[in-house]
This record gives sequence, structure tokens and C-alpha cells, in this order.
Amino acid sequence: MLQEVAKTDTGDLVINVGPQHPSTHGVLHLVITLNGETIKKVEPHLGYIHRSIEKMCESLSYRQFIYSTSRMDYLSAHINNHGCALAVEKGLQIEVPQRAQVIRVLMDELTRLASHQLWWGALAMDVGAITPFFHAFRERELINDIMEETCGARLTMNYMVPGGVMFDLHPDFQKKVKDFLTLFKSKLPEYDELVTGNIIFQNRMKNVGYISKEDAISYGCSGPTARASGVSCDIRKKYPYDIYAQLQFSEAIETAGDCWGRYLVRMEEMRQSISIIEQLIDNIPEGDFVAKTKAVLKLPKGEFFTRVETARGELGIYIVSEGGLTPYRIKFRSPGFSNLSALDHMAKGQKIGDLVAIMGTLDLVIPDIDR
Amino acid sequence: MFLSKYISEVFGGVKSLLTGMRRTGYYFTHHKNIITQQYPNQKPVLAERFRGEVVMTHDENNEHACTGCTACELACPNGTIKIVTKFDITPEGKKKKAIDTFVYHLELCTMCNLCVDACPTGAITMSNSFEHSVFDRSELTKVLNKPGSKIREGVE
Repeated sequence: MLQEVAKTDTGDLVINVGPQHPSTHGVLHLVITLNGETIKKVEPHLGYIHRSIEKMCESLSYRQFIYSTSRMDYLSAHINNHGCALAVEKGLQIEVPQRAQVIRVLMDELTRLASHQLWWGALAMDVGAITPFFHAFRERELINDIMEETCGARLTMNYMVPGGVMFDLHPDFQKKVKDFLTLFKSKLPEYDELVTGNIIFQNRMKNVGYISKEDAISYGCSGPTARASGVSCDIRKKYPYDIYAQLQFSEAIETAGDCWGRYLVRMEEMRQSISIIEQLIDNIPEGDFVAKTKAVLKLPKGEFFTRVETARGELGIYIVSEGGLTPYRIKFRSPGFSNLSALDHMAKGQKIGDLVAIMGTLDLVIPDIDR
Repeated sequence: MFLSKYISEVFGGVKSLLTGMRRTGYYFTHHKNIITQQYPNQKPVLAERFRGEVVMTHDENNEHACTGCTACELACPNGTIKIVTKFDITPEGKKKKAIDTFVYHLELCTMCNLCVDACPTGAITMSNSFEHSVFDRSELTKVLNKPGSKIREGVE
């Protein structure tokens, strides 16, 4: 599959970026056809980190398969697990206790914050600024500590179980989250000072990687990538799950459709996540943190589909059950795969240096694309 | 026209660079905010719930609470746990199932906590140790029940 660096008959240059390249954030292989410095075609080659998670899930029980989805989009591991738990609950018609729902949403939003922080640092590093990366990781570390204290792990938490969550919240949870929010809100202006207000950064972002609303829909983009083009597609608003329907938050939408729009949408999402956490952190209801379920879960015969909004977009979980102990078929609709498919459209006609900025704002997580 | 735009862009760039450098300079001169941990010299403070590896808790009489029900073995998604059972003869002369060896493959474990969650008697827990590197992979296969240990009285 690897193509040698070669000149085609028309004089175009074909080069390979990846699979081992720092700016691809993983093992993504791009075959780029260049005319001088202008991109004519970008062809992503996938499969370098394919672990056949969907096939693996077919041999795991409905309690077991949830843990493996943390390994898809590892930056929103909680949200992946949440979606799978929702799918199983939908099949078994389990009523999730209020407390568990609030805990789940809190964890989801903390994960989204952590993911966007990493994206922010990595994007700034991609376009040539090293310092923001350390700033982002400094704050992200605090979220990791909160996760470690309550869930027992820092990245692949496996905290969601069908019917609720695995443990109750740690007694220090509320205090730590409040401390973090106070600190993070004082650091956000710093983020703006360092990166958002930087003219050089703005010039790298504006009018680069444009995708129109119609194209974003036809490529199946979701999440911040589509919302930057003006597509209203927040699953938390459109198809609310758990207690999202009762929360006050606004969907971040931009109409620019370029890298700058995607940047602003994600920055706004961070602020919205903070507001969601603030609404919930003092109102965690008392009660059970997990519903009573049978020891062995058996989904009735049928098809079950749920979707959640991960930090990257819409994750769909589709389970086909034959009534047995294990699913007959599981399909994940991952946001990264569809967003990556629009890369060729966005990068066409741009300079090769802009490709890194476009990939950075797509927020690609390669294990999520390959699964 | 083009020239004035170009010059104003250059000055704008320099200005925003200086704004960023001011922030960098602030942290350069304010050492209080350094959060780096010098790991091998300074051990990290881990949370109580941190999942490092599965251990079987033994009390001072070298007794554990594992009945050998294999609930953890069934709950494990990776085949990490293998329980070999034997039959003990009780003083009344009855046969009683007990564990012979509780084999734990650390190299397969993903620390998902499902085994601990499934255990009906609370015999296994997650410990905080995380420095698992060894020279040979076979050293990671562990037997969790201590030699000579037996099941605690009253645990069914």
C-alpha cells in the first residue's frame, strides 16, 4: 500500500505522511498528491490500529463489552461507556436512579473538558506553539486526579455499568470539582491570551479548511466539526439522554465552517461544560447509584440503537440481539471516521502546511477511527 | 495599500507574540506554580481506589474469603483469572469445595474491576501497586492465594 515518493506523469508529487508522524496524532497514513505546495488530493489509509473491537464484543457478555469501548475514543472513554450502558438499559428497560444519571452526566462533562483541553494543547503544538501544551496538561491533570479518586483509573475508567455506575462518588468529589472549576475559570482567560488572541494563530486558522453546511451534512460530519459549519447536531439537545433534557446549556454553533470556527466551537463547548457541571455539582440527589439488575444480563431478541455526544461528535451504538448471553452483532458509528472522510474535501487547494492545522481542528483520535 | 496591510500584520503578530511571552515570563518567574513530580525519587500519591492489580486479602491467620465459586473467572473479559479447585474433607467427613490455586495473569489484565465487582464474598480487591515491569513475561503470572492459606470460618 505504501507508495514511494514519486512524480506522476502530470508532474504532481505524491508523498506519504505517516503512519508514524507526530502531527497525525496516531498511526494514520495519508497519501498526499501535491502540485508544488498545493494539495490536490488527500487519501487516508486506515487499519494500522484496527483491533476488531466490534467482533470482540460479539464474544463478550453485556457487562463485559463496555470496558472495551474505552479503548476506541480513549479521550472520551466515559462517554463511550455511557452510550453502551444506555443501549443495554434500553434493551432491558432498566430504570436508572436519578443519582446515577447525575453522576454520569457530571463524569461525561468532565471528560469532555479534559478532551478539549488536550485538543487545545495539541492543536497549538501542531501549528507551532509548545507552551500551550503544558498549560493544557496542567489543568487536565486535575481532572485525571478527580477521575482517579472516584473511578479508580485515569484514562480507561470503566465506571459505567448497566443500571448506573460502579461505585458511589468519593466523599471529596464535590469539593475537588468545585476547586477545579474555580481554578479552570481563572485559567481560561490565559488560554485566550496565549492562543485565541494571537494574530499568527488566527491567520493560520481563518479561511483554512472550509467546509460548507451542505457538504458537512453529506459527509456525515458531527460534533464540533459540523457545528462549526452551522449544522445543529448536538445529540444532548436533539435526542437528550439521562438528565440532559432538564439542563440549561446552549449548543455552540458557528457559521464560518473553517478551522477558526471549529476552534471557537470547542472553546465555547468548554464554557458550556463548565456551566453544566456547575448546575449539577450542588444538586446531586441522594439515593442508589446503581439499579438492581440480574447477575446475568440477557437482552431480548431485537435491535437496539442509542447515540451519545462524545467530545468529537455523535457516537452511535447498534446492538443486534438474538436473545442470548452475548450480542449477535455490535456496530459503532464513530464520529472520527466520518469527520476524517471530509479531510480530502477540506484540504483540497490548501497549502501542505495547512493540512496539519485542518487535522488538528478535526480532533482525530485514530483508535476511534479504526476501532 | 498592500504594504501598509503587511506592516500592520507584522506588528500585530509581534504584539501578540509579546502578549504570549508575558504569560510565559510570568510562569518563568513564579516558581510556586510548578507541579512537576520527580517520579522515581518522589513517589506519587495514589488514590485509595486506584486499580493497580488484583490481590487476594489474607488476614493474620493466613485465611482468605475465596470460596472458589469462579464468579470472577466468568466476569473477566480477558481470561485473566483461572481458578483450580480441590475438595477438602471437613471434620464431619463431608467433602467441601475449596480453591487449590488462584492463578492471575497480570499480563492480560486491563484493570476493569469487573472481577472485584462480581465477587460475592469480597475475597479479591484492587491494590495500589503500579510498577509491574519485570524481565520475563512469565513472572507476571501470579498465584494469589498464599501457600498454606485456607478459607476463613463462616464464609460460604
